[in-house]
Amino acid sequence: MAHFEKANSLNEWMDQRLAVNTIKRVMQTEYWIPKDINFLWAMGMVLAATFGILLVSGIFLLMYYKPDVNLAFDSVNYTIMSEVGFGWLWRHVHGVAASLVFLIIYIHMFTGIYYGSYKKGRELIWLSGMLLFVTFSAEAFSGYMLPWGQMSYWAGMVITNLFSGGSLEAYALVEWIRGDYVPGDAFLTRFFMLHVLLLPLAIIGLIVLHFGTLRLPHVNNQEGAEIDFEEAAELYKNGNHKDSKVIPFSPVFLSKDIFVMGVYFILFFYLVFYHFEFAMDPVNFDPADGLKTPAHIYPEWYFLWSYEILRPFSKDLGLVAFGIAQVIFLALPFLDRSPNVAPASRRGLFHYWFWLMLIDMLVLTFMGKLPPTDALFANIGLVAALLFFALWIALPIITKLEKKL
Amino acid sequence: MSSRRDFMGYALGGFTAVGGIAALYAMKRSWDPLPSVKAAGFTTIDVSLAQPNVLNVEKWRGKPIFVLKKTADMKADDRDVVVGSDRFHISIGLCTHLGCIPAYLADEMKFKCACHGGEFDSSGHQIFGPPPSPLEVPPFKVDGTKIVLGEAGPEYKKMLDAGLTV
Amino acid sequence: MNKELKIFGVVAFFTLFLYWGVEPYAHSQMHKHVEGHNFVYDGTADIEEAEAKLAIAKESGVKVEKAEATAKAKKEFWASVAKISKLKGDPVAGEAGFAMCSGCHMDGAMNMGGVTPPSLEHAGSLYDKNYLIALVKNPAMASNVDHKYADTAMHPMGSVSSMFPDDQQIADVVAFLKAKKSGELTTKEAFTDACGRCHAMRYAKTSQLGDTPKFKYKKDELKYQVKILEEQDLVKAYMGKLPPDLSIIIRARGEHFLETFVENPQSQLAGTPMPRTGLSEEGYEKVKEYLTEIGDPSKPHREAIGPWVILFFIIFTGLAFLWKKEKWKGHH
Repeated sequence: MAHFEKANSLNEWMDQRLAVNTIKRVMQTEYWIPKDINFLWAMGMVLAATFGILLVSGIFLLMYYKPDVNLAFDSVNYTIMSEVGFGWLWRHVHGVAASLVFLIIYIHMFTGIYYGSYKKGRELIWLSGMLLFVTFSAEAFSGYMLPWGQMSYWAGMVITNLFSGGSLEAYALVEWIRGDYVPGDAFLTRFFMLHVLLLPLAIIGLIVLHFGTLRLPHVNNQEGAEIDFEEAAELYKNGNHKDSKVIPFSPVFLSKDIFVMGVYFILFFYLVFYHFEFAMDPVNFDPADGLKTPAHIYPEWYFLWSYEILRPFSKDLGLVAFGIAQVIFLALPFLDRSPNVAPASRRGLFHYWFWLMLIDMLVLTFMGKLPPTDALFANIGLVAALLFFALWIALPIITKLEKKL
Repeated sequence: MSSRRDFMGYALGGFTAVGGIAALYAMKRSWDPLPSVKAAGFTTIDVSLAQPNVLNVEKWRGKPIFVLKKTADMKADDRDVVVGSDRFHISIGLCTHLGCIPAYLADEMKFKCACHGGEFDSSGHQIFGPPPSPLEVPPFKVDGTKIVLGEAGPEYKKMLDAGLTV
Repeated sequence: MNKELKIFGVVAFFTLFLYWGVEPYAHSQMHKHVEGHNFVYDGTADIEEAEAKLAIAKESGVKVEKAEATAKAKKEFWASVAKISKLKGDPVAGEAGFAMCSGCHMDGAMNMGGVTPPSLEHAGSLYDKNYLIALVKNPAMASNVDHKYADTAMHPMGSVSSMFPDDQQIADVVAFLKAKKSGELTTKEAFTDACGRCHAMRYAKTSQLGDTPKFKYKKDELKYQVKILEEQDLVKAYMGKLPPDLSIIIRARGEHFLETFVENPQSQLAGTPMPRTGLSEEGYEKVKEYLTEIGDPSKPHREAIGPWVILFFIIFTGLAFLWKKEKWKGHH
């Protein structure tokens, strides 16, 4: 038994048993963040808040949702939407949050690419982040199955069909994934399991990892400058807030985070109450019908760029391209051959690479939504898909040629 | 370190707490029984076709309900439900001993519980065995030839006040 | 500070650009905009459609004669409707005419040739005058489903025009409906009369037979289910497929689609067997209100709470900004 003295306050009592003061210092008041940052640095906290909103709204949906192909649609669209007190609110919140979380993920991701926050010690932050993107994608896909509307069914049909591997004709694999010949009850209940238990646990674990990988390299800053954090911390602790290059996470960094979150929530709730059809597509308000394909099927917007890479090519080539597109971003820290950690504007050709990549992904997104039967759209899609791969092939070359800053 | 009170922080925290309370209220309402469940808490029984000394068992809030039209020679009781010129014994069909459902023996005009031998008369009073109290009368309201279970009408309130049921 | 505003501007621009491409632009490409005719039934839409079909037929050289005949017939039909519309109808004389209608359009009416004739109790307030005239004269043409009846079967109401050989009689019976069958009706009645004999609404607990009663015994419940299924089979045979349940159609299709669709189904789903209902503007408003009541019941609550939640976050943001300013004092 370690030696324990009588505590003089509740705080001291908790500190003796749980080291709460040490935790507070390490995680908050002496967790040093660079001062030279902008509001984009708040996106991580905005994501955490949105994930929290998804969890809470999900809990109330989970109380009334019935994972059964005969009951699911009405459990959502009748019971939850009209019978449960504020059920409609949780549904709207959950749908809008599921869409907005990807907007913020993409902003967060591209911020990281722009400022070189994936390089030189920060590779694992990037990798854990990309794994979070993949897990969130799986979570979104599994969640979309649950209302069992027309879009749920046909998206389930199309995406699981991809696993037949084109010419490999692995139909047995497709049937194994579905648990049935077509998306049916077994399919619904296993995706329910993934959505409600397994994937959220994986996400929480990955978030912890993501935070962990951030600690030693520290958060990046707008110039990509290397900071002597010990020196800066000393300056700050001595009261020189102006000259120190750092701020404590709590309350200084957090106070700006919360302001940014406030702005975000104004937009978020405007969408929840007044403008939600982008997040709750009308096609999914028709009950699933395996004998009738809707005139237009498309994935949710955040999957469109990757869907469009699949479409312009022949079956096998398309699948290979699609597969590469899913994982290529993971390779970013290793394909970027320049040692410069700096904003893209100071990195010569990489600056153009960044904006081209962003615009290319936007074009791919638009084309992914449009019917492929239109010749003009199909051609634009093909060009955009080819450009995507060209950019990745060019990346090691242009970064190798980059002048050292 | 400044030891000044963080008024702005308290203001923000307090305002956020207000929002939090509103959110908790919405969560509480989501937990409430659904309207369809509450509506199912009312059962209407039409007694116009009831036969004397024939027990009808209805369902109300998941419980069996005894509806027994009394014959002329069955004793009148203050717990009877009077509909027009007829008297009915209406009770929750669960033995007040340990909750089994007693059977009705029409020849002997009494209820007998198979579990431990308890017996109730045609007005629901316990007459033999372990049951400690009479069969409970559910909240009811008389509506013409119909009886609405789940709604506390004036006749039911009178019984409650007189301690004839719980 | 300026730099952050610039960065915010760039992020906002790309976000709005993304939204535009994926929503309004994409949807405009997938669904061509259809203009309604404000619930005016004078054949404009029908004749336009027929002439468009004629143009296509002439280009391909297939079935040109038939297309020509159809276009001509439609022009003549709607011209004759306009003529009857100008006549002064006498409601008193029309009452005798209505007696003939009540033979089929009565309470507890049986299914006739696939569909149960709707109640005409509020026909005057629900339906448009010109449409009613057209319906009596030639129901298939009036409801724009004549393509279904072209060669083989006859519309279940097809024999009606022989009961009203004189144009004045048609004007009279429509005048009667407008005068005597124009009471106020609830939104639910509007839906039941205009839509309910083909479309169920399980969220409102109605089927093609009307309100589904509650049964004490499972056996009676199942017997009624069988009755519903039998009626649905009849409607399915008449229509080709079972008309969809309209419980949340308002969210599945949206207001604009439904308005143009109900006014002229052919405009949105060419070739559909759904007949034009002939609802007047007021009639349609009532139906739309009911569809919203059942399909989007949280709408009033949503619109009541929305402004308060957004106001809350505006104040929250203001307070957060002031707190941030205080925490950052001396840092810049």
